[in-house]
Formats: sequence, structure tokens, C-alpha cells
Amino acid sequence: MDLGSHHCGDINIITVKEARIDASVAIRFKDAMREMTLGGPAQIILDLAQVRFIDSSGLGAIVASMKQLPTGHRLDLAGLTADVDKVFRLTRMDSIFAIHDSAEMAVRRAAG
Amino acid sequence: MTDEDGATCVLEVVLAAGSAAVRRALARVRRALMQCGLPEEACGRSEIVLAEALNNIVEHAYAGCAGGEIRLRLEVSASQIAVTLTDRGRALRGLDLPAGRRPDLDLSCDALPEGGFGWFLIRELSESLEYSRRDGCNFLTLRLPRRSPDLSG
Repeated sequence: MDLGSHHCGDINIITVKEARIDASVAIRFKDAMREMTLGGPAQIILDLAQVRFIDSSGLGAIVASMKQLPTGHRLDLAGLTADVDKVFRLTRMDSIFAIHDSAEMAVRRAAG
Repeated sequence: MTDEDGATCVLEVVLAAGSAAVRRALARVRRALMQCGLPEEACGRSEIVLAEALNNIVEHAYAGCAGGEIRLRLEVSASQIAVTLTDRGRALRGLDLPAGRRPDLDLSCDALPEGGFGWFLIRELSESLEYSRRDGCNFLTLRLPRRSPDLSG
């Protein structure tokens, strides 16, 4: 699972560099998220702009990634493409996560 | 091949019951639907529904059994996209389709569900579902409208 992480001030921006988060990568995604969020900034933005498709296993893996965060850490999402947005909206998971149009906008908002 | 309702079979494929083969089959379905001139929105809806139905067969019908196969037949008519999936795995519990209610999210973070969304998404995005069990096989037919349904509810 190809994820990239860079820190922008006090924010950890994790970019998913694959087109799909589905059943075949869900566990690897969750494990990679654990590695990338351990010991880093408490504010995390998951940039999904390159992800074209997500299934319920992928959705579950994003929820699991949030649940495994250290206490006090926060996971926001950014850059949802059309089909990914549809899955978040239908399941109402869009009410659980703060969702930003893009990672850049999320950073700008956090900077005030 | 066209029947009297104008439904044309645009893809027929037998795939191994595994997540990598499911991924490849979904790519072929998407290509076939795009070649039929369906808009991105309908292709996306179809891919979500089909991904969940295929994952269910891999994870539940064939749970833990190697060598399982799934037959996928995709038909497109003037108003509908229809997919029939056939497998030789375990039957659905009670020989009936699961209710597929939306999992409750009114919970603390630790208790949020990480699964249970599959049948909900299938039901939410499909117009009709038919399931039958014959001769040791499961037959599931999913029908989706070509036009975007109102998803605001």
C-alpha cells in the first residue's frame, strides 16, 4: 500500500498514492496508517485525491485507522473524488469525519 | 445477443473467488459500461454495488475455501444495468437476502462500526435484487437504473 507522509507545521498530511482502497489492500492500509501516525503530530489529514474507488472494506479500514490513533489525535479527510464521496455520504460516515475539499484547504483552515 | 426487452449481454466472465480477481473483474465491468456510453455516475454506482456483492461471495459464500469460482454476466438495456452472479459457495442464511440496514453511527469513537455496510450499499443503490438457490448454486441478480436515483435521502 503506497502512502506518503509529510509534515506541514503541526499537521501530518498522509497521501494515498493508489487509485483504490478495497478489500485486497484494506489490512495493509490500516497497518501503514498505524506506522505513519505513531509519534507524529496530533492533527492528521488523509489526502484521498488520488483515490478513485473505495468499497466497504476500505471504508472500514479508514474508520479503524481513526480508532487506533493515540488519544488526542484527530483524523480529517480531504480531496474525496465522486465515487468515494458517494460511499461516505450514503453510509453517513461524512458525519463522523471532518471532510475538506483539498489537503491545501485543510492546512489553510488549520492555520486560521 | 439481444432479447425482447432490448437487454444486451455486454460481458460474461468467470473469475476466481479472490480479492485480486475481483479487482480485475470490476475493471472489465467498468470498461464495458463505459463502452455502452453510460455516464461516470452510473459506472461508479455499478462498481460499488458489484464490489460489495463480489466481496460477500469471496468472504462469506466461499469463506476459507480455495478454488471457488464466480460467474458474472452483465446486461445493459435502455433503462437498466443488470448483473447476475453465480457461485457454488454456501447459501445465504435462511435462503434470504440480508436486510442491509444502515449501521448505527450514534456511538462513541471506539464503538464505531468497521463493517456491515456491504448489503446496505447494495440495497441503497440497486433498484431490485433477486436471490435463488438451485442445484447447489447461488444466483444473485442485481438491477440498477441507468439514470441517477435521488440519493439525498
